[in-house]
Amino acid sequence: MKVHLMHADRDFDADAALPANEPDLAADLELGRLIDALAGGDKFLFGIARQALHSGLTDPAEVTYRQRVLADCVAQPGAVRDLYDLAVEAVDADRHVFGFLFRDSPETILGRARQVMALYLMSLHRLADLGGKHAADFGSDGFGRFFTMLASELTSDYFDEMESRLAEVELKRGTLMSARLGTGAKGTGHVLRRQPPGRGWWDRLPGRNRDAYSFTVPDRDEAGARALSELTSRAVNDTANALAQSADHIKGFFQLLRAELAFYLGCLNLRDRLLAHGLPVCYPDPSPLQDDRFDARGLYDASLALTLDGPVTGNDVSADGRQLIMVTGANQGGKSTFLRSVGQAQLMLQAGMFAPARELSGSVCSGIFTHYKREEDAAMERGKLDEELERMSAITDSIRPGGLLLCNESFVSTNEREGSQLAREIIKAMTEAGIRIVFVTHLYDLAESIHVRGDDRVLFLRAQREADGSRTYRLPEGAPLPTSYGEDLYREAFGVRPETTIPSA
Amino acid sequence: MEEPVVSVLSDAPVASGDQPEPPFFRDLNLDQVCAGVTAGREQYDLAPFFRAPLRDVAAVQYRHEVLRDLESKDASEAVAGFAERMRGVRASLAQARKLRYRYQKESWFLAAARDYCAAVTAFADALGQAQLASRGLTAVRDYLTGYAASAGFASLADDAVEVARVLDGLTYCVNIRGPRVTVTRYEGEADFSADVVATFAKFARGAVKDYRATFRSWPEMDHVQEWIADGVARLFPAEFAALDAFCARHAQFDDETVIAFDREIQFYLGYLDFIAPMKAAGLAFCYPLISAGDKETDVSGAFDVALAAKLAPGFAPVVANDFDLSGQERIFVVTGPNHGGKTTFARMIGQLHYLASLGLPVPARSARMFLPDQIFTHFEREEDLATLRGKLADELARIRDALAAATGSSLLVMNESFASTTLRDAAFIGERILGQMTELGLLGVYVTFIDELASATAGCVSMVGAVNPDDPAERTYKIVRRPADGLAYAAAIARKYRLAYPQLKERLAS
Repeated sequence: MKVHLMHADRDFDADAALPANEPDLAADLELGRLIDALAGGDKFLFGIARQALHSGLTDPAEVTYRQRVLADCVAQPGAVRDLYDLAVEAVDADRHVFGFLFRDSPETILGRARQVMALYLMSLHRLADLGGKHAADFGSDGFGRFFTMLASELTSDYFDEMESRLAEVELKRGTLMSARLGTGAKGTGHVLRRQPPGRGWWDRLPGRNRDAYSFTVPDRDEAGARALSELTSRAVNDTANALAQSADHIKGFFQLLRAELAFYLGCLNLRDRLLAHGLPVCYPDPSPLQDDRFDARGLYDASLALTLDGPVTGNDVSADGRQLIMVTGANQGGKSTFLRSVGQAQLMLQAGMFAPARELSGSVCSGIFTHYKREEDAAMERGKLDEELERMSAITDSIRPGGLLLCNESFVSTNEREGSQLAREIIKAMTEAGIRIVFVTHLYDLAESIHVRGDDRVLFLRAQREADGSRTYRLPEGAPLPTSYGEDLYREAFGVRPETTIPSA
Repeated sequence: MEEPVVSVLSDAPVASGDQPEPPFFRDLNLDQVCAGVTAGREQYDLAPFFRAPLRDVAAVQYRHEVLRDLESKDASEAVAGFAERMRGVRASLAQARKLRYRYQKESWFLAAARDYCAAVTAFADALGQAQLASRGLTAVRDYLTGYAASAGFASLADDAVEVARVLDGLTYCVNIRGPRVTVTRYEGEADFSADVVATFAKFARGAVKDYRATFRSWPEMDHVQEWIADGVARLFPAEFAALDAFCARHAQFDDETVIAFDREIQFYLGYLDFIAPMKAAGLAFCYPLISAGDKETDVSGAFDVALAAKLAPGFAPVVANDFDLSGQERIFVVTGPNHGGKTTFARMIGQLHYLASLGLPVPARSARMFLPDQIFTHFEREEDLATLRGKLADELARIRDALAAATGSSLLVMNESFASTTLRDAAFIGERILGQMTELGLLGVYVTFIDELASATAGCVSMVGAVNPDDPAERTYKIVRRPADGLAYAAAIARKYRLAYPQLKERLAS
């Protein structure tokens, strides 16, 4: 009994370790807003959404598998919510049975497992019913397999078998065990045995009288009663364990069903929010890593959209075959927003979600890394450049060929020449190692020195400024210009005319 | 005619009476060494062996032979395996004695007999295949070969295996229904837990919690278990009759010589186990070249084994020192800075001679040594509450007794003796004592703060605690042979603080 709605061939691991750089990704790509929207205020959905967003699927077929399951969910939201509610109810069922205590006896464990099992059996019945009702409405491989499995595994014969097994566990005919003589002639290797079927005519046949030796522990023999109880515990131990573990397994099935459906419910939440603002979403077209594709129409920053609670500017980027995207241009011209949108889209693509764009086709990557200028050095123990280099060194430890590195104003903590030189060396080494880089910078020396090489595997984008100084937040292709537009911002902030130089004191 | 002695400790009967700990054990930290060697081996009562030094060179060589044999993997593994099995045998016998329910006693006794036979057989086989050169282990092997082939042993072994096989094969059933208990033979009833697992197998996934209780277990049965066992005995009367018969027939099964060997070999194993971590830490041990007549001494890379036992597990460096005597030289006079390793050096010389006299490897890279007839120590008694005069008197009384008991073949180790009096008195007494020691011709170590004593007699060899001139605060613990120069340390420490004469000149000039 496998759920397999997240992967065709394995369970979703809700407890998998997040990437080591998850905190950086969350901060740099503003993932908090995104995950909040996926969760829709549900704590459980939040955890699953955060986990799933970092799935990092690298096989396009795996991506498509989820996209199709998601499309089913979009088409049949009611049935999916019914399944989810059933899973939640089953997972919580054992709360109605008195909980396990530390050091419960095997007999207590057996009794409780029997009660919990009875509740799970009811949930399984309802699940089988739901499957019968909705199977025909779902078209994806994932849901198709799931419903087929329910039909073939949860047959009425199987329900009968489970019920009779649970009845037998009541041990109404006594606790029968086998044992061998162990060290010092003490009984060892106690194994609970099923009572032989019907002590009826067979036992009454001549010569079938079993050799037997019986005794009765007297009423007031408390030590004797304790001894019997311990013997029973030893005998029941393995069976109690088996039944309690089986109950856990069934609970595990429902937990997994809840977790895997939670991901898709989260996607529905986010989709509703974005569509409500008139923002487009699309199922991206995934390509293998080596195809080096990234082509987007109307790519936007979903977190920004959720924050502004309104429409945002999208960008078109044609970066197929480009190893390096250098982004230069006006301050507050949408460079950081663009960088975030690339990172988010890549994460969402590799999670099997829809993407924040009108159209997107892109290669998977082996891992996403961000290297952003940090506003404050929290520790203040070392220089900012030391800190930047240390982080870059840590990235170097983890990133592999096929990785995606997003740099935002890296190495501006030193002078331009030194920072450019550092960046050049790193960019050169990384791209030669097969790592794709999107580098946002106002280091003109750096951008220009790469530009003059005329490498057609490098794409230059430039944040735009209209003639009147206002910004479009669009990033068309464009060669780096020798200045950014800090002066504009100054003017905006202080209300000084552009021609006016700042008087010295 | 008396039977020949079969012993790995000696070819003559070994003194193993209850001797008190020799008085020098504490001063030389040999009490710590003894404790380390015997730790975990209390059941063998090894201390008497450790308190019985050998007096002649041949006896020492007899033990060296055994130890060299034990260096081979074959022999040492054979011996270790035998010892391990025999510990099990003893534990089972003790358990059999302690229990009162008949079938329990008999079952433990049977286990002991079976393990004993297995131990003897395996050991005889293993020793037979090992390359042995020592007289001690060869004698043991020859004895064991005969014993293992004897008819008595064979009947013991066969009976034990057969009775155990029969009992181990029994499986029975117990049904508990309320207070009613029924014991029957097992007739293939199905395993309940396996059926439960099979029913729910389709839900099985990764590891889940283990709900199994663990049960405390002790050897005794409660009365219900005894009643059940009685029932089992009734269901299987022939099998239990065989057990009764075995115990009656083989009531006293162990062999005196085998038992003695099991104990004696532990003397070596204890010491080898004790020094193993030190060897692993790179410290060298060697078989000393021993003489009972020649006092020529040449030892290199020697260290304090009690100290090293504490340091080696943490791989803290252990300082090794060299010392030698030739011609008329007899006494090491050790001077130098405080905490420079003088006392350790003195102890080490005492330890080396004592361990050599036990026939054991000594803590040194190479050693040529004299076998002393007795060892005496004279260490300052810190805890003595008497007056200074009383203390000096006490010290003098002790050294007088020691010198009276000592011979020219003894070793006397003196540490900071007579420090409780004035320099002049101490020098005076020291010169006299050294004179007497030289006259006796015994081996001596004399640790003192009085430089002059280093050349008191022709028999004296001056040893000095070395100082690192660059960092006088660092302790080297090296003791080297050179004339006493008590000012070296003072000069070094002065330079460190730029207070040496040339430095002071320069600083005052500026």
